[in-house]
Amino acid sequence: MSDFELPEDVQYTRDDEWVKAEADGHHRIGITDYAQQQLGDIVFVELPSPGDSFEAGQPFGVVESVKAVSDLFAPTSIEILEVNQELEETPESINADCYGIGWLIRVRATKPEELEKLLDRTSYEKTIEERS
Amino acid sequence: MSDLLKTPLHGQHEALGARMVDFAGFSMPVQYTSIKQEHAAVRQHAGLFDVSHMGQIQLSGVGAIACAEKLLTCRISSLRPGRVRYGLLCNEEGGCVDDVTVYRESETMLWLCVNAANVKKDLLWIQKHAGKTVTVVDRSRETALLALQGPASASILDRLTVPALVAGKISDLGRFRFADFEIAGHPVQISRTGYTGADGFEIYLPAESAVSIFEALLDAGRADGLEAAGLGARDTLRLEAALPLYGHELDDSTSPLEAGLDRFVKRETGGFIGAEAITRREHEGRLRQLVGFVIEGRGIARGGYPIDLDGAHVGHVTSGGPSPTLGSAIGLGYVPPELAEVGSKIDVVIRNRPVPARIVETPFLGAS
Repeated sequence: MSDFELPEDVQYTRDDEWVKAEADGHHRIGITDYAQQQLGDIVFVELPSPGDSFEAGQPFGVVESVKAVSDLFAPTSIEILEVNQELEETPESINADCYGIGWLIRVRATKPEELEKLLDRTSYEKTIEERS
Repeated sequence: MSDLLKTPLHGQHEALGARMVDFAGFSMPVQYTSIKQEHAAVRQHAGLFDVSHMGQIQLSGVGAIACAEKLLTCRISSLRPGRVRYGLLCNEEGGCVDDVTVYRESETMLWLCVNAANVKKDLLWIQKHAGKTVTVVDRSRETALLALQGPASASILDRLTVPALVAGKISDLGRFRFADFEIAGHPVQISRTGYTGADGFEIYLPAESAVSIFEALLDAGRADGLEAAGLGARDTLRLEAALPLYGHELDDSTSPLEAGLDRFVKRETGGFIGAEAITRREHEGRLRQLVGFVIEGRGIARGGYPIDLDGAHVGHVTSGGPSPTLGSAIGLGYVPPELAEVGSKIDVVIRNRPVPARIVETPFLGAS
């Protein structure tokens, strides 16, 4: 199996998403390098609209590779502030740079205490090892 | 994946970093680098597929040709030795037991290349109808199969193959013909056939020669842009070519005519199992027709998604996905015959949302 990039400055979920706290107190969300490698060539992304709210664990969108359709799940309870519009035209940005230009949504965590349950890099790495 | 069967090339796939998946009980490479990249390699240069999971069933004996004539929808008596023909095994109700390619060896021997998931079912079906004058042998496990597909295939093989008899150069081998050759000293049978809509060859070889021939082909083709290609690209390629996949477009209840395979069914002569039922079903009127469509809204059709028209459920998608060559989302599906006209509008229901699509001519890419 190939290695994956797992930055230290984000938190992770068991659904292979990352959550990054930004300077303004809001959060940016995307899928991990492990997830994009597992999916392969990403060809389509369906994202919610700003203003939409989701409870922790609810599906908020879909990412599709050539072969597969995968749901995206809210890592915590969130309100959507902004979605990455560029992905409509260039979904392959997720393969190219999943922590950078391939980000999915910018959100307000509506129940900030849920952020504490997210995984750090080491714990997330362990969940990947358990799956292989 | 420990209970899965392995092809003789399993070690090569792992060494190449392939992602392995369960397909028909085999651990098979779905992709090595990227489905899109492997797809493009086949369309522009060449791709090498391990399809050793597929089955080979040999019929021999004085009754072999007559038996095959009875079992298959395509004509066998007119199929000359050294030729290949696509056909279907049908049941008494006119449904498809399997879709196969038939290789005619001689007056008393031919063999079928069959779908991996159907080998046992086909064997039982053939044995049931074989009678005493036909010997049926399953050669699936002793036979490896490589598909070399794409425009550079002929020139790659020309550099590697030695004709065993008087077959001449591999590039002179006509479409749907096969002959004996040698690659790196190993005897092989090569047919100019494939499942990608591209020019290409299928190479049948003894399982024990698979590793050296696979390596020899990859080495010889590297300069031509040849890449190892997995089942993911095989599926996107066959979808662009609108070639049916058993279990998706075809099954035990679907007639070959519903699937648009009329030209592979000997309707004038009949005389094959399922012929009466197929004729009767045609008289009663087709219930459904396979069509190709292009998604015109935003989204990707996938097998199993409903097809609607004006909010009413009218059919379903059998296969769908992105077309890497066209850059659009394409699919195959069944609709009532009156809706099957090219140009008709349908809706594919993607996550409870009707997305407009248009029925188009198939193959999606111009015929090669």
